[in-house]
Amino acid sequence: MTSGTVTAPARTWTAVCGYDDLVPESGAPALVGTDQVAVFRTHDGAVYALSNHDPFSTASVLSRGIVGSRDGVPTVASPMHKQVFDLRTGACLDDPEVRVTVYPVRVRAGRVEVGSA
Amino acid sequence: MTPHTNVPPARDLVVVGNGMVGQRLVEAVRERDPERRWRITVLGEESRAAYDRVALTSYLTGTTADELGLVPEGCYDEHCVLHLGDAAQDIDRVARTVTTASGRTVGYDALVLATGSVPFVPPVPGAGADGCFVYRTLDDLDKIRERAGRVGSGVVVGGGLLGLEAANALHSLGADTTVVEFAPRLMPAQVDQGGGEVLRRRIEGLGLTVRVATATERLEPLDDGGLRMVFADGDVLDTGMVVFSAGIRPRDGLARAAGLELGPRGGVAVDSGCRTSDPAVWAVGECAVVDGSGYGLVAPGYEMAEVVADRLLGGSATFGESDTSTKLKLLGVDVASFGDAHAATPDALEVVYADPVGGVYKKLVVTDDASQLLGGVLVGDASAYAALRTMVGEPLTDTPEQLLTAGPQVSGLDDAAQVCSCQNVTAGTIRAAIHDEACHDVAAVKGCTRAGTTCGSCVPLIKTLLAQSGAAASNALCEHFELSRAELFDVVRATGLRTFSEIIARHGSGRGCDICKPAVASILASLGTGHILDGEQATLQDTNDRFLANIQRNGTYSVVPRVPGGELTPEALITIGEVARDFGLYSKITGGQRIDLFGARVEQLPAIWRRLVDAGLESGHAYGKALRTVKSCVGSTWCRYGVQDSTSLAIMLETRYRGLRAPHKIKAGVSGCARECAEARSKDVGVIATENGWNLYVGGNGGFRPRHADLFASDLTTDRLVVLVDRLLMFYVRTADRLQRTAAWLEALGDEHGDGLAYLHRVLVDDDLTICADLDAAVQRHVGSYTDEWAAVLDDEEKLKRFVSFVNAPGTPDPSIRFVTERGQIRPTAADDDTAAPVTVAGPTLEVVRR
Ligand SMILES: Cc1cc2nc3c(=O)[nH]c(=O)nc-3n(C[C@H](O)[C@H](O)[C@H](O)COP(=O)(O)OP(=O)(O)OC[C@H]3O[C@@H](n4cnc5c(N)ncnc54)[C@H](O)[C@@H]3O)c2cc1C
Repeated sequence: MTSGTVTAPARTWTAVCGYDDLVPESGAPALVGTDQVAVFRTHDGAVYALSNHDPFSTASVLSRGIVGSRDGVPTVASPMHKQVFDLRTGACLDDPEVRVTVYPVRVRAGRVEVGSA
Repeated sequence: MTPHTNVPPARDLVVVGNGMVGQRLVEAVRERDPERRWRITVLGEESRAAYDRVALTSYLTGTTADELGLVPEGCYDEHCVLHLGDAAQDIDRVARTVTTASGRTVGYDALVLATGSVPFVPPVPGAGADGCFVYRTLDDLDKIRERAGRVGSGVVVGGGLLGLEAANALHSLGADTTVVEFAPRLMPAQVDQGGGEVLRRRIEGLGLTVRVATATERLEPLDDGGLRMVFADGDVLDTGMVVFSAGIRPRDGLARAAGLELGPRGGVAVDSGCRTSDPAVWAVGECAVVDGSGYGLVAPGYEMAEVVADRLLGGSATFGESDTSTKLKLLGVDVASFGDAHAATPDALEVVYADPVGGVYKKLVVTDDASQLLGGVLVGDASAYAALRTMVGEPLTDTPEQLLTAGPQVSGLDDAAQVCSCQNVTAGTIRAAIHDEACHDVAAVKGCTRAGTTCGSCVPLIKTLLAQSGAAASNALCEHFELSRAELFDVVRATGLRTFSEIIARHGSGRGCDICKPAVASILASLGTGHILDGEQATLQDTNDRFLANIQRNGTYSVVPRVPGGELTPEALITIGEVARDFGLYSKITGGQRIDLFGARVEQLPAIWRRLVDAGLESGHAYGKALRTVKSCVGSTWCRYGVQDSTSLAIMLETRYRGLRAPHKIKAGVSGCARECAEARSKDVGVIATENGWNLYVGGNGGFRPRHADLFASDLTTDRLVVLVDRLLMFYVRTADRLQRTAAWLEALGDEHGDGLAYLHRVLVDDDLTICADLDAAVQRHVGSYTDEWAAVLDDEEKLKRFVSFVNAPGTPDPSIRFVTERGQIRPTAADDDTAAPVTVAGPTLEVVRR
């Protein structure tokens, strides 16, 4: 499954963990090249990947946020100051000016793979 | 004449007395006089600016003098001057000047006397002796507190409203208290014989002694410094102190000396415009007698202040008949009387409901055809007071029996009905504030209209009006749950649902968020559902609970081992020091008497805790909405002033409640004597040693809005103390809102039930809700099931797997975390640091590389 809004050119994929290693409704941090990426699995089995960098605190912590929904949109809340981000688009729902990078992500043979942004 | 083209020259207004009414007058004039036509000078005899005398007693239970202050910021400036500690001594009405004790002379164009009244001390021989007090000012209370701390008993002469309040105060100061009343019943001015009887029994039930129909003949000093009271019937009573509270007398001395007309029984005589016999002089408040009547309440005084302010600025307002309804909570007993309480109206009928066992007495006074309410008396349950009072003089909507038993319907409250009699605010004004000023909660209505800010008895009515308007702020937890936290707690407790997925599926919608998930996690943890990181629960936790550490600005965590009561062996101290050194952590002593180690990366936490747990240390729950610390002094073990072993008690309490999850953090403190070195009264639960045991205080906190804890119970044995703290904490856990500290919780209970502390007393001591056994059992379950959260994680591979920097590179530190050194320790790099040469921290054993 991929996050639908990013059209991916030919790219390299990095396997970061087993799909079963991801606990439903939570995130995990991964290192993709030199990029810090937060990989999420939601209750319906979908997988998402955002930059782990929290633009508000500048710490790399988004993978440790609480996963949930707002008006039906799957979200993660920054663990630092609780700004909420759309897992599909990286858009901050509390500040329209702010958006975090979305990474392509897919599950292949039980492995979660993240593509270069 | 327009104010801008022809401004009259500034004139001089002098106000004598800076009490509640004098202050109100100044504010009322300033509000109406933006052009500053009046230059104002206020002379106050007390050393403090106006304070809330109505709430005087709360000064003994934790409210500070500053908190009682009534003067708004910016009220006084160069054209509106306040002189304190300087009483007016003489008025020269010809020269129009006032001279003060310090020799200051001030000229006036208008003079307002607002000198209040003095407590009446009956002319009993010996009444001026050492150990005799009155109850009127903060200074009086300081003296009473000092004396009560030295003697074990006290007598209040006077069983009226203020006498019982003073008795309440002596009782709360730990004195064995007797009330002596001349009349055949308590509160003779407000309640009838039946009500007085119920009141007497309730008050005796609380451990006070009541003597009615008793005249005091004389007082004699005793050799031990105490006093002997000799009564008219020959009885004697030995006591440590006597407080006279047998009525008040208007302070009319200045007016008398200046030749102004006085009332027949004293007081400065004024007309309905509050003007004295000299047109340049006015009188307001308790010193004034309007058309022959004096008032001992603040509301009529405020109205007089408004009348004079209006007249000083060209208006023609008059003082109307004033409401003398009263409601108060004495020693946890509701007492209210309103309207024609004594059925003085010709042919009035009395409808009485009395339950001597339950300690409830209610009486309504109605017209002979039962068509109109005239007044009433409520003792033991005054919940209907605010609504009933507004109905006086109105046609009755229900039968008097219905009104007595079921209480009144308030839906039809007329816009003109007075809701707050202290501040004279009508239902219409409150409705307007709700609709036009968008006041959506009690606090906003209070701020906007002043309703409910004096005695607070109308707050339930304000709530009803809010609810009726539909504007009442929803107490829904978040977009996913319509329920409040307390309701959700009950649902989870009652249904036995134990996973978030089930709970939100049945009682909520959507997938949850950073508000409801931690709230549910906390509820589940409070109910004792295993480790907080078990299964799905882990995903509900805020990052601090998720990693059992406190996140810091750069994404690292701090680590705090529990140090119960602040007592630490040298070995444990050395372990903590070695861990800090070996992992390169920044160390700091916390306010809660423990040690915080900063700068730990997620993947280091298990190794750090391995070392701490091996040394016998355990989680301090600094990361949780849970019991934090029980701070203590060294108590009687070491301290030459200590009277009880505060350290042992603190350790026992901290060990008992460690790990208890709550709506917010809980802090406690235990001091070994009244010097209060542990600052227990700034804690949610404060315990202070007395000669006879422990005093328990509740609802304090530091932080953004500091609040001193209120005295809840005195001279407790250790066992009794523990029972009360058990119940208090468990009741808080069950009923508070999310992120509501005990201080705010107590305030909210007060808004709902009249007096938060008295309500807690009824629930936790009298067991009015019959839940004490259940609360006790819940605490027992908590105590019995406690395990150290960190030790459990170290034993569990699944849980340990989450403590990694990267799932695909578990040992690689987050390269964006950087430190520099400052005063020999690390700190996170800041934006303006010289990033060219940051000191990095790396490697498994972590040494700080110094620049
Ligand atoms: C314990 C207690 C509980 C109460 N509870 C209630 C209640 O529940 N409800 C209620 O309505 N009322 C209550 N009252 C009464 C209420 O406090 C008074 O009605 C109110 O304070 C009257 O205001 P005032 O300004 O007239 O007098 P005060 O507040 O007494 O102020 C008068 C001031 O004038 C000063 N003064 C006097 N002479 C001079 C002078 N020559 N020069 C300069 N200054 C002078 C005095 O020192 C004093 O500071 C209570 C009073 C007490 C003591």
